[in-house]
Amino acid sequence: MFAAFMINTWIVATMVAVVAGVVGFFVVMRGSAFVADAVPQGAFAGAAGASLIGVSTLVGLSVFALAGALGIGWLGRRGRHDVATALTLVLMLGLGALFLSFTSQYSAEIFALLFGEILGISSAAILPVALLGLVCIAAITVMYRPLLLSSLAPESGEARGVRAGRMELLFLVVVAIATSMTLPVVGALLIFSLMIGPPAAARALTSSPQRAMALSVVIALALAWVAIAASYETNWPVGFFVGVGGAVCYAGGRGWAAWSARRPDASRPAASRSAPA
Amino acid sequence: MTGLLHVLFAPGFFTSPPVRLALLTGGLAAFVSGVVGAFTVLRGQSYAGHALADISVTGGSGSYLIGISPLLGFAGTGVLAAGIMDSIGIRRPRGRDLATGIVRGAGLGLAALFLYWDTTHSNTTGITVTVLFGSMFTISPAVIPLVIVCSVLALAIVAVLYRPLLLSSVSGDLAAARGIPVRIVGLLSLIAIALAVSLSALTIGTILSTALLVGPAATALRITRRPGRATVTAALLGVGVTWLGIVLAYDSFTWPPRHDGWPVSFFVVALTFAGYLLAQLVSGRRPVRRAVRPAAGRATGPAAGPAAGRAVRRAEG
Amino acid sequence: MTMTPVTSAPPGSATDVLTVDGLSVRLGGRDVLTDVRFSIAAGEFVGLIGSNGAGKTTLLRVILGLTPPTAGTVSICGERHAARKGLVGYVPQKIQLDPDMPIRARDLVGLGLDGHKFGLPLPSRARRRQVEEMLQAVGAARFANERVGNLSGGEQQRVMIAHALISSPRLLLLDEPLASLDISSVQEIIALLARISAERGVSVLISAHEMNPLLPVMDRIVYLAGGRAATGTTSEVVRSEVLSGLYGHHVDVIRVHGRILVVAGSGDGLDIPPNPGEQPGAQLPGAQLGEQVGHGQSLSHGPPDDGPPDYGRPDYGRPADRP
Repeated sequence: MFAAFMINTWIVATMVAVVAGVVGFFVVMRGSAFVADAVPQGAFAGAAGASLIGVSTLVGLSVFALAGALGIGWLGRRGRHDVATALTLVLMLGLGALFLSFTSQYSAEIFALLFGEILGISSAAILPVALLGLVCIAAITVMYRPLLLSSLAPESGEARGVRAGRMELLFLVVVAIATSMTLPVVGALLIFSLMIGPPAAARALTSSPQRAMALSVVIALALAWVAIAASYETNWPVGFFVGVGGAVCYAGGRGWAAWSARRPDASRPAASRSAPA
Repeated sequence: MTGLLHVLFAPGFFTSPPVRLALLTGGLAAFVSGVVGAFTVLRGQSYAGHALADISVTGGSGSYLIGISPLLGFAGTGVLAAGIMDSIGIRRPRGRDLATGIVRGAGLGLAALFLYWDTTHSNTTGITVTVLFGSMFTISPAVIPLVIVCSVLALAIVAVLYRPLLLSSVSGDLAAARGIPVRIVGLLSLIAIALAVSLSALTIGTILSTALLVGPAATALRITRRPGRATVTAALLGVGVTWLGIVLAYDSFTWPPRHDGWPVSFFVVALTFAGYLLAQLVSGRRPVRRAVRPAAGRATGPAAGPAAGRAVRRAEG
Repeated sequence: MTMTPVTSAPPGSATDVLTVDGLSVRLGGRDVLTDVRFSIAAGEFVGLIGSNGAGKTTLLRVILGLTPPTAGTVSICGERHAARKGLVGYVPQKIQLDPDMPIRARDLVGLGLDGHKFGLPLPSRARRRQVEEMLQAVGAARFANERVGNLSGGEQQRVMIAHALISSPRLLLLDEPLASLDISSVQEIIALLARISAERGVSVLISAHEMNPLLPVMDRIVYLAGGRAATGTTSEVVRSEVLSGLYGHHVDVIRVHGRILVVAGSGDGLDIPPNPGEQPGAQLPGAQLGEQVGHGQSLSHGPPDDGPPDYGRPDYGRPADRP
């Protein structure tokens, strides 16, 4: 599976996993599950439209991912957030279906965009994907502290000039960028599993945020690599392994947390109010 | 007059059997989705509805493998997933969203596998499209009895649980204090959503069935705050949008670029969205009460807004 | 029946840490605050007392610069605008954190130091030392490595205080920190705040709807009612004439065993039990009196015109009013 034509897949998959781990950490921290799920599905329409007009898929993805993210943010401010997200997302999917129906490769392309495709990643695609990945990681690194503060104690952040609305917007943009680089490999429907499963497992294993983020990346890498290897061997779609693998990560995390809470020495004395001030 | 009719309805519209079937099943599915959707939106469970829709992809694609009716597959997995989601049920809204997403991811992964097997083993192409985006014009008449059963079941749940559903949407504690088994009501509401979504999955596809669940209901709730009126409005809006979508899709057979029609699911979704947007703009800048922090992604959990409270009080008498 | 608010220091004194002058805030068509003026000197411990809906949170938000006032000014150490942000530490009411969240007490305190800074977060020994020192100072060292979501209310409150204090502010604002704490935690937090204020010379403005727990440590009180404020020492402000002026109708102030009780009175010779804590069922028309419900919950609802808050607290056992 390490033949020449698979090298590209490994390279891209590694970058995808790292970005998914980093961005996913904050998705879980902020509880932005639905939004992080909706943006990729909206991006799907962009990819479909791009292939229709012959533009690079990546461009179409990015444009629609950004539009979706900002649209959800704008609509969410005016009405119910979950409804706005649901409708925007479904509209994007409908557009995607429309665009794809105009092409002749309807079925196969839909499958690849939704569930992922590990083959056929051209060398020309590596550089733009790497650049987008770098932008994501750089953005998260630079925003790390204010984003963390705003996610945990938004009022305290506001008092220091870290506006929650601005942070949310910036974060949505990062999610959009991360989506456009991860979608071709993992598929629109399963990016979420790659972004959520590893951080959910990581946070059960450690209490420190830095270590939790690092662990998210490690687990995401493991998940991505296993999924690709398994997909290569069995010929089954990579999305299957990502989806099921993500669930395994999550379940593993919850199981570990439950088990370690039950160990007698692990729990602190509950009412330790007698300690002097 | 006949000229106008000819413009609106392409020739053969009213006589074509697939169209008649589409109008019937599409209309029924939309009606049920509107009714169930009103409560889904009220309870803030749009994400759960979407997740159930996606999970039923697994059932749909699996049904082709074992040769059962797709609606059975949709409904079966939908109900099963509803049970799982309810049993995983975590109190905190954030935890619930995560769990929902993970289950959805696992279900979709499985669906990917089934679809792959579908296309390689049974050599039928286009199952992916059918499952994901619906088969409004290719519904077989044999499925009608099942459609009716599912519809009646879903509507029955809503009718029987109307007041408990409303009350527990506003406050679970309040409902529990009155002796309402909140857990069971929650489970039944999820099942109703699963059934509604399965019906729409048949007509406009799993991925897009959320549109019929959430769109007309959200639009109706912008127009009126009374749950009874909202439910009826949502149902009628849904049926209207679906029928209009069918008309347009049928007409589009002569449109570019490929002259074999635009997907009906697209029209339904686009019209639903347009309706929602219209209702938003018309109802003016009525701001919704927000917490300090924009609750991105917090989609599940009871809708504790002043409007819902008023709605309950009105409904109670 | 209006009364000019009593102030013990003229506003605008150059050494004051906080100066609020002529502050009015109108929100949603309602005059939440009208012509509020007071100042806080360095190292002072001031209680902002008022019932729910009296405007305490609004006042705090204006001081923080989060809500613009309709009229009047706020200056902190002489600064009026953005520069004042570094001078104020803010402890919000409560933060909701899952026990699953991978964030330890020491991480949250560290964010108080540099949480607002963009850029590469480089680890530094000096920072670690500062965090350690602050954790020790608030008595949070023993649970420094615990997840914040797992801590009790009182422990979380300590962490939030450390979070606000670590950037060395001149003024510490606390928004109802005692509201959801049990009695012993309340005592501990108040003692902690008093000690910090004395040791570091930090001024404290703490909002509460219960003034009794704060009586031993408060230098002065800002009493909010009817959108207006009265400032001064407790004995100056918490008097029937002053409060009646604020509320716009007659209220009685009763001092019992070192506790202060504010009740709306009809003035027709009602029987007030000497020790309210022993008669939980005592109901007076027009008053909300009696046993404390829960921990620190006010019994009054809605705008202050509905009735004064209940300030009785049985078995507190604190010494009498500080002079």
